[in-house]
Amino acid sequence: MTIVQFLIVSAALFSFGLYGVITRRNAVLVLASVELMLAAVNINFVAFDVYLGDTTHAGQIFSLFIIALAAAEVGIGIAIILMIYRNRQSANVDELDSMKG
Amino acid sequence: MTSMTNLFNQLILATEEVVHTSEEAEHAVEAGITSGPLVEWAWLIVVVPLVAAFLIMFFGKKMPWKGWEIAWGAIAFVGVYGTVLFVLNATQGVLYEGTVEIATIGTNILGEPFVLEWGWMVDGLSIMMYFLVGVVGTLVFTYAKGYMKGDIRFTWFFVSFSLFAGGMLVLVSAPNLIQLIVGWELVGVSSYLLIAHYWEDFDNVDAGNKAFMVNKVADAALFLGAIIMAVSVGSFNFETILDVVVEGHEGPLSQYAFWAGLLLFIGAMGKSAQFPLHVWLPDAMAGPTPVSALMHAATMVTAGVFLLGRLFPFYLDVSGLFAGDVRDIIIVIGGITLFFTGLIALVQDDIKKVLAYSTVSQLGYMIAAMGAGAYTAGLFHLFTHAFFKALLFLGAGSVIHAVHSNNMSDMGGLRKKMPITFWTFIIGTFALIGVFPFAGFFSKDEILASIKYAGGDGGQDIANLILVLGILGAFVTAFYMTRAVALTFFGEYKGEAHPHESPKSMAYPLIGLAFFAVVAGWVNIPGVYTGFTDWLATRSPSTTFDLHHAETFDWAVVAASTMLVIAAVVIGWMIYGKDAGTQKERDRVRIPVLWPLLENLYYIDDFYMKGIVRPIMGPIARVILWFDMRVVDGVVNGVGLGAKGLASGVQVIDAEVVDGVYNVTAAGTSASGDVLRRSFTGRVQQYAAFSFVGVIVIVVLFVIF
Repeated sequence: MTIVQFLIVSAALFSFGLYGVITRRNAVLVLASVELMLAAVNINFVAFDVYLGDTTHAGQIFSLFIIALAAAEVGIGIAIILMIYRNRQSANVDELDSMKG
Repeated sequence: MTSMTNLFNQLILATEEVVHTSEEAEHAVEAGITSGPLVEWAWLIVVVPLVAAFLIMFFGKKMPWKGWEIAWGAIAFVGVYGTVLFVLNATQGVLYEGTVEIATIGTNILGEPFVLEWGWMVDGLSIMMYFLVGVVGTLVFTYAKGYMKGDIRFTWFFVSFSLFAGGMLVLVSAPNLIQLIVGWELVGVSSYLLIAHYWEDFDNVDAGNKAFMVNKVADAALFLGAIIMAVSVGSFNFETILDVVVEGHEGPLSQYAFWAGLLLFIGAMGKSAQFPLHVWLPDAMAGPTPVSALMHAATMVTAGVFLLGRLFPFYLDVSGLFAGDVRDIIIVIGGITLFFTGLIALVQDDIKKVLAYSTVSQLGYMIAAMGAGAYTAGLFHLFTHAFFKALLFLGAGSVIHAVHSNNMSDMGGLRKKMPITFWTFIIGTFALIGVFPFAGFFSKDEILASIKYAGGDGGQDIANLILVLGILGAFVTAFYMTRAVALTFFGEYKGEAHPHESPKSMAYPLIGLAFFAVVAGWVNIPGVYTGFTDWLATRSPSTTFDLHHAETFDWAVVAASTMLVIAAVVIGWMIYGKDAGTQKERDRVRIPVLWPLLENLYYIDDFYMKGIVRPIMGPIARVILWFDMRVVDGVVNGVGLGAKGLASGVQVIDAEVVDGVYNVTAAGTSASGDVLRRSFTGRVQQYAAFSFVGVIVIVVLFVIF
């Protein structure tokens, strides 16, 4: 298996995520798409770690950090979305335009 | 602790010193104290009243007694310090000169730079003045609290008064001519402020101006004299100058000594109100009475006599190279002043003017004594006169305070209503006219004896004439004082007010001064105790200062003057003792030619006004008016028009250019804001898309380049 195969999977995963972030109206799904993008980044880290033969395994450690960070992010994100839903009876991001210039 | 022990040791030494000096008949004095904290800190005497003046100016109004307490504290400090120094000088002799160098300028005759110094003399002469200013000042300041009560410029009065005392102390502490002149002018300016204290009345402002102008005329001569002296010796320092004199060096100073001496004497004539520059002093009565008391007793008018005393070896001129000739002029001026101004006092109705002319007359005695080469006699009279004249002025002030008028025609019969004032005034009168054993008797007698000696063994022929004037002057003095006492305290009361004894703060200083008016003369009784002579002789360069010092009374002079005084009192009492309704009736003796001459003050003031002031002032005033109208106004108007033109130009620039820049900037900001506003939709996904596009663009650019 070569690095290219991993990168293809990772790029595909990132693109799906990006597509989801831009197109989905429901905030929960937007958040889920962000998780996909983070997963793509993790795959890249681990793949390059192995490919470059890094003895300190910085890539793997970084991916662990990102997993932890993603968990925290989801926790806060869901909480915010919950509060917005309670206030507006909706969690559609395209309706949240009170910051319009 | 060490300084206390030192002081204690000094006091022990002092008692031993007294025993030692009493064995010496000679007046050569060895100073026991030439260093130590007491003399090194004596600069405080000068600085404290000056600092007090500023403190009163800034904080006086907030104090419970409106600044009086600061003024009083400062002058009392001077009084206590002065008394301590006076006692130490009397017991063991004090001689010290402290100096602080300020700057060096130019090149003197020796090729070195002139040194400008500020310093403080602590020698017999200046210690006597510290004592006088401090003690008389403390009593007068105490009195002034009561007298000035309710005055609208109470605080300001004490600012000027402290400055006045401080200026005098700068003058008497001066070890050089420059500092003397600084003090001289400080006294001049503060006397101007004090004389014109009630400036709402134009006459008072005029009196202040007159004092200032007349003094300035004399000051011009003083400056010239000081310059001649300093240039020809190469130093402003008195000690350096007098060393040249004492050693009898022939040189530049001996060449110009006559002119330097004459010019400095003219300066002294101004401050000490000698004929014909005495005209300012009677008008100076316009000031509040405490001012008159201090000005005419311990400060200001004594400055001239003090200057002659400070430069005495120069005038005494043992070597015959210096200003000995000037002494003839001095004694004549003194003689004329003492007699003729005394006569004017005979015709005055204003009680303060009587005393003012009396002051001029007594200053004439002092100056005449200096002219006769009698250092001790002149300064001794200055010393005693300070006490009894301050007493008389404060007594007169007390009377004026009670009857609300300066004129004796509004007084009369006050002896029962104001007993303290009456009795102290009588003591002052006895001291002034020279009744044994009051202070004036000893000092005046010493002056007359010295003048007699100068005319006889001293070989100063003119002095014989002055002696006659001096003895007749004693008669005149007794006569006008008898008149003043009779018109004020005897007969019927003629005023409108309801006189009563003055408050305690005014009565106690009178009693204090009365004490000194009695005893001040006992410090120099010929043949009994002549300590005062020694006290004044502690100075540098040390030498025996008097041509002659009377060791016993000159009985002929004593008899002549005493008999004339008694005659004057008796005649005066016969004329004025009996009561009469009006002033005209009371002045029964009107000698035809003399009376109008005296009433018009010998026409001297008129001569100055019509002969000098108006002819000079008229054209000058016209020139100044023309200059003011054409040049000054022209310049002012031109500047005004120029400013107006410039302003309209600036206005155009401001409205068009400056405002334009700001308006365009604002409009641009607003327009760009309108455009950019549209991109902020508030839609998060749109923002995310934009960022992604941005990332793509950056990556593409990164790959390409």
